[in-house]
Amino acid sequence: MDGSTALAEAGPPRQDLDSAVVRFAGDSGDGMQLTGSRFTMAAALAGNSLATFPDFPAEIRAPAGTTFGVSAYQINFGSRPIKTAGDKVDVLVAMNPAALKVNLPELRDGGLIIVDSGSFSEKNLRKAGYETSPLEDESLAGFRVLPVDMSQRTLDAVKEAGVTKKEGLRCKNIWSLGLIYWLFDRDRRETVDWLKAKFAKLPNIAAANMAALDAGHAFGETAELPSDLPLFHVGEADIAPGLYRNVTGTEAMAFGLLAGVRLADLDLVFASYPITPASQLLHGLAALGLRDVTTFQAEDEIGAICAAIGASYAGSLGVTSSSGPGVALKTEALGLAIAAELPLVLVNWQRGGPSTGLPTKTEQSDLYQAVFGRNADSPLVVLAARSPSDCFDCAIEAVRLATKYMTPVILLSDGYIANASEPWRLPEAAAMAPFPVQFRTEPEGFQPFQRDAETLARPWAVPGTPGLAHRIGGLERADGSGEISYDPANHQRMTELRARKVAKVADDVALQDVELGSVGGPLAVVGWGSTYGPISRAVGNLRAEGLDVAHIHLRNIWPLPRNLGDLLASYERILVPEMNRGQLVTLLRSAYLVPAESLSKVSGRPFQIVEIEEAVRQRLGTAAGGRA
Amino acid sequence: MNVIAPSEHLTAKDYASDQEVRWCPGCGDYAILKAVQKTLADVGARIDETVFVSGIGCAARFPYYLSTYGFHTIHGRAPAVATGVKLANPALDVWVVTGDGDGLSIGGNQLLHALRRNVDLQILLFNNEIYGLTKGQYSPTSRIGTHSPSTPRGSIDRPISAARFALGAGAGFLARGVDTQQKHLPEVLSRARAHKGTAFVEIFQNCIVYNDGVFDHFTDRAVAEERQIHLQHGEPLVFGKARDKGLRLKPGSLSLEVVSLGADGVSEADLLRHDETDPMLAQALAAMEPPAMPVALGVIYCVGGPSYDGEVAARRAQASPAGGLAEIDALLRKGHTWQVED
Repeated sequence: MDGSTALAEAGPPRQDLDSAVVRFAGDSGDGMQLTGSRFTMAAALAGNSLATFPDFPAEIRAPAGTTFGVSAYQINFGSRPIKTAGDKVDVLVAMNPAALKVNLPELRDGGLIIVDSGSFSEKNLRKAGYETSPLEDESLAGFRVLPVDMSQRTLDAVKEAGVTKKEGLRCKNIWSLGLIYWLFDRDRRETVDWLKAKFAKLPNIAAANMAALDAGHAFGETAELPSDLPLFHVGEADIAPGLYRNVTGTEAMAFGLLAGVRLADLDLVFASYPITPASQLLHGLAALGLRDVTTFQAEDEIGAICAAIGASYAGSLGVTSSSGPGVALKTEALGLAIAAELPLVLVNWQRGGPSTGLPTKTEQSDLYQAVFGRNADSPLVVLAARSPSDCFDCAIEAVRLATKYMTPVILLSDGYIANASEPWRLPEAAAMAPFPVQFRTEPEGFQPFQRDAETLARPWAVPGTPGLAHRIGGLERADGSGEISYDPANHQRMTELRARKVAKVADDVALQDVELGSVGGPLAVVGWGSTYGPISRAVGNLRAEGLDVAHIHLRNIWPLPRNLGDLLASYERILVPEMNRGQLVTLLRSAYLVPAESLSKVSGRPFQIVEIEEAVRQRLGTAAGGRA
Repeated sequence: MNVIAPSEHLTAKDYASDQEVRWCPGCGDYAILKAVQKTLADVGARIDETVFVSGIGCAARFPYYLSTYGFHTIHGRAPAVATGVKLANPALDVWVVTGDGDGLSIGGNQLLHALRRNVDLQILLFNNEIYGLTKGQYSPTSRIGTHSPSTPRGSIDRPISAARFALGAGAGFLARGVDTQQKHLPEVLSRARAHKGTAFVEIFQNCIVYNDGVFDHFTDRAVAEERQIHLQHGEPLVFGKARDKGLRLKPGSLSLEVVSLGADGVSEADLLRHDETDPMLAQALAAMEPPAMPVALGVIYCVGGPSYDGEVAARRAQASPAGGLAEIDALLRKGHTWQVED
């Protein structure tokens, strides 16, 4: 392709792509998350379907230039529906040698690498563990490499802005963004507006960043690029009409909890203890500054859930949030909420484990912990969100079930969902069905453990209500009166009642549907949580090839949907991809005696589409098709 | 403190539940229960607006024996549950009942932070220097050399002082009482209830089964008046059966000493006067132990200060009123949105 022959009005010729994956990588101080999120917004505004994957280190500010300090942000955007952040990267932006080294394995064969050659000093090469510069040896032979001294070009660009050299160099991420905008024909306006707003009080910094953005763009535009470098165009996707915004799982969860308590006509008391990747929910709710939302940073995980329980006891909805190790500490208190039959929502942002494990990497290995991980027969409700925006609906559902059934609900999310963002078609609050809580106020005939005939829930009688003073606690209590009871028959009855009450939730939720494909057939892929994207895409691809495969995705982990056993029995084979060693698969096998098979991945990374496609093909005995 | 006017005149009996009390016969808890019920009657506490929260242990059965709202929670965590109750409804009058094992061992962190935050609670720590409910193991307040099933040759670890722990954690109110002192205890408890913020009361409680007589060296009738000093704000620090002993600052030091009135020309004017607001004096009084010094009883320390739940409620009140579902629409649409057309 020869860009110089194109008409000025039409711009240079561009290669049409139905999707592309770009990954920005640099030091954790290089602003890669920010750069990625700006590109995400530009893609959304251009009408693309998209999904993102922020991938950052556990260290806050690892020593500059080291491989363990590399922070990356990946975005997959397309004119077709995008469901994952992409298996392989098409364009890698590497701000230093370490970023190149860490992210090179993600790049597809023949992919484009744009590097800041200005950062490839001997010192930085050594820190990244390179003996010779990869820009000068043959190690990048299988890729297209575009070395640009971004550092110097950025400094040249910001000269007029009146910033220090250090401040100027900090603009190089925005310079790279400008170049990528050129490469993909993207509008800079939104980014300019955003920079102006963000640095409203620092006009010289705003000016420097805008100059860097323009300079990166101009670098491409003024044909400084090699003439054979392809330029791309990713067209608009067919997206359902409506008003959209980008949302991360953390944001959607905060909105969902707020909507949930307002639909329930309650106040929210959110108590939690900082832990990665759960802390952001505390920050998000604290930032709201609303009268009906109280946030409490407790002294520890136990204090957090206990304060939430105390708040529920006193008539607010207590909510707590953590990640696996923190949830482990909350276990005993969960038992108290089950025994005292109080509403409670616990959001678990799962991460790699055991123990401290991989704090910033994703996993979905707390399903056993959620369903079974307590002493004694201690049933509760477990839900799982499938995507960032799904956290909104799941949070509302968790509040509804917790208050209607007077039970703790564990809502499973994960580190990927917490940080990933996706375009979200905004719901209308007016279309949401309220479920206002009715506190018990009538003293006549009041018994703390008298049950609702339909739900088996006990009345919610809060301190301060005249004539209802009563005692509850962790000791076994008599059905009805709630008085301490060690009677053997009563314990048998109460244990069964607690189980039946939670089982009844299955009558109150939708029957399990089939996401893609038909009921019955040779193979169903069954997933839960954030594997939704890759499974959905893989099954979609395979069905397009003509393979008879179905996708079933569970939101209700416990109790399981009423029809699930029959549904699973209608398939010859069942494959359960999970980011753990096979937890849902064990649950399904034990619940339904079905020969479900596990597809396990525990690398701290989401599944790639091809991994699921291959696993399905193996089982169906078909060779790989034409799609990559 | 919430000013709760009594709606009707209630007596101590009205604060008793219909449950059969199941402590060992002769347990100090009976006396404390009686004192608490008397206190509630004295102050005209509203049954429906009073909540007792407890953890685990013998003391933790307390809420079942009161006619108020009660929550028997899990080991050591009552201060955290009570904090949640106050966050949800600061108007409630919330009491925490804990013990030396519950509050100072497994629940040390929860107690520490409730005190630090100054949540508006009354925390009653029944100290019997032993684990009762688990059948007699030594506790974090047991003195060195305590023989118990888990320390058959005597304990070797140093005990913690509940009162000094509370001061160290920033308690704004510290008092002490003895289970059997039915005149003093309700006075102390009334003061605790009147205090806005965390009021911490250590109650020496005799475990008749596993640690009987552990406080005899200062509670036995024969020695009590010589080994106890009942503090009164503004009054000289005098004690003794004949009111002939007192405390003064040891000359040339920052420590207290016992002096005999009349001996060596010492008069009442030489004694320290109790000042509940003096943190240095509080530390010195809390640290006193027999036989060299008397045990300080009554209100040791009392200073005002904003309560955590009060501040939270004030912040909440400043926020704009909840805007219902319409506000959620607005929140979701704040920031960058875009319209996808048909």
